Amino acid sequence: MWGNFKRFPEQESYRIEDKVWVALEVVVENSAYTFAKLLASIYKAKKLQMEKLRYERPIIKKLNTGFINKFGTQTKNEVVSNLEGVGVKELIKQYGSPLFVVSEKQIRRNYQNATRVFRTRYPKIQFAWSYKTNYLNAICKIFHQEGSWAEVVSGFEYEKAIGNGVPGNRIIFNGPDKTDEQLITAARNNSLIHIDHFDELHALIKLSEDYDLKPRVAIRVNMDTGIYPKWDRFGFNYENGQAWNAITRIIKSDNLNLVGLHCHIGTFMLETTAYAIAASKLCELAWDIREKHGITIQYLDLGGGFPSTNTLKGSYLPGTDTLPTIDQFADAITEVILRFGFSKEELPLLILETGRALIDDAGFLLGTVLANKRLSDGRSAMVLDIGVNTLFTAFWYDHKVTPAQEGGQYTEETVLYGPLCMNIDIIRENISLPLMKKGDHLVVHKVGAYNMTQWMQFITLRPNIVLLDQESHPHLIRQAETLKYLEQVEKIPQHLLKNP
Amino acid sequence: MRFKKNIATSDTGFIFNPASGDSFSSNTIGSEIFSYFKEDKSRKEIISLICDKYDVDKNQLEKDLEDFFSQLRDHNLLEE
Repeated sequence: MWGNFKRFPEQESYRIEDKVWVALEVVVENSAYTFAKLLASIYKAKKLQMEKLRYERPIIKKLNTGFINKFGTQTKNEVVSNLEGVGVKELIKQYGSPLFVVSEKQIRRNYQNATRVFRTRYPKIQFAWSYKTNYLNAICKIFHQEGSWAEVVSGFEYEKAIGNGVPGNRIIFNGPDKTDEQLITAARNNSLIHIDHFDELHALIKLSEDYDLKPRVAIRVNMDTGIYPKWDRFGFNYENGQAWNAITRIIKSDNLNLVGLHCHIGTFMLETTAYAIAASKLCELAWDIREKHGITIQYLDLGGGFPSTNTLKGSYLPGTDTLPTIDQFADAITEVILRFGFSKEELPLLILETGRALIDDAGFLLGTVLANKRLSDGRSAMVLDIGVNTLFTAFWYDHKVTPAQEGGQYTEETVLYGPLCMNIDIIRENISLPLMKKGDHLVVHKVGAYNMTQWMQFITLRPNIVLLDQESHPHLIRQAETLKYLEQVEKIPQHLLKNP
Repeated sequence: MRFKKNIATSDTGFIFNPASGDSFSSNTIGSEIFSYFKEDKSRKEIISLICDKYDVDKNQLEKDLEDFFSQLRDHNLLEE
């Protein structure tokens, strides 16, 4: 309060009465100030008295001694109460729970990083967005805006890519299931048709003759890259000569134009050397084709399979610590192609169908605690409104789950169950979480890949999906399903129409 | 509601059962409940004291206490 005192005017012209008057003013002013401060402190003390302490349910934990894990992860409870500045609570209030949230900023960041990583190592790079990983139109359009082509594995996905404005010659048509109509459409659109089996190859030869088509084709090659399981169900085998037979048959046909070679050696690959082996075998095929048939292969498509940083079930260490980075995969692939012996002009375009690694960490699933339970063996369990029907990848990963509100420092080992009346509905078999209560929210991380395509309408309806744009504004990009939406494709036979 | 006579507790929520050699820890509210045990408070009194002090609904607290006591029973710490 003393700091607030006015200084007396020092001028000589002031009379003593003036000085007394000013002094009186100051006293009154400061008394009022002191009184207000006193009132405020009384109010604050009262408020504190009225405000109750934060509650946390009482628990007891048996202390066990054992070996210390030298790789032990941090025990600090991470709270994620907002996504890019938007409150989890507010998002759930507006769009309901559970709720998928996708970050446009993170998708673009991932894409730009991946292209930079490959382009700084190899001159001709093209990414093709793997539609099956996440084919929500808004998501696909972000990738296409960034310059990505489309990689589709069904007629339905092909139509989606066309609908998203992708030119036909920038669509790669993969997969074992392509109807004659779809092959004709793809050929007419000048799309890249990746042939999976001999039946398809012969069908395409016949169609090209019947309809006077000149389809641009590649074959999918399967091979031994030293990893298990070997994906030999797709494409033509390299080691037993099947791939070479297919190539020869294509070259002999008058209409098919062999432009590329494709492989997709597996998914969530943990070994970069497998890609080096794959790249080497594709290069050998391309080299032999040029040597023996004088045809220059325009592109090598190494497919997808790069892992995200999710932790696979059964892993001892978290994925963030153990998985190779995209830089390491880029090193393995590009070094092989660059050193194979192609001249600078003949270097093939390198196509990558990376899906998961570009989107997994851009997706979040927000949910709510429905109940706390104690199991028969004393373990704690929590029932969430997120089930395996919504979070399909709970079958593959130990997803990172964080509370969305501050809690105590005390944690408890807990099983996270979904809301389905099914025994398989487990989100995490064991996770250490702070004590949470009914109605609390939580965030499941890295759910951008496959969940929004492989989810099931089963027992509950599929929830809203929101995209946070680059300024963090939320946009609804897929509406939650309703009973009406689901039943519009159902038909009831006439004799069952009458209610009992 | 009370602990078995041989059970040792500390104010910080540490519990030791000399009969089995097991030791346990509890959170703040848990250790507060142990102090009420020592004061021979009834279950009703414990509920009232915690409801006055903490931001919790009585029904929620009753449910949580039921779970807490069952844990203590499972660990063989309570006198029947």
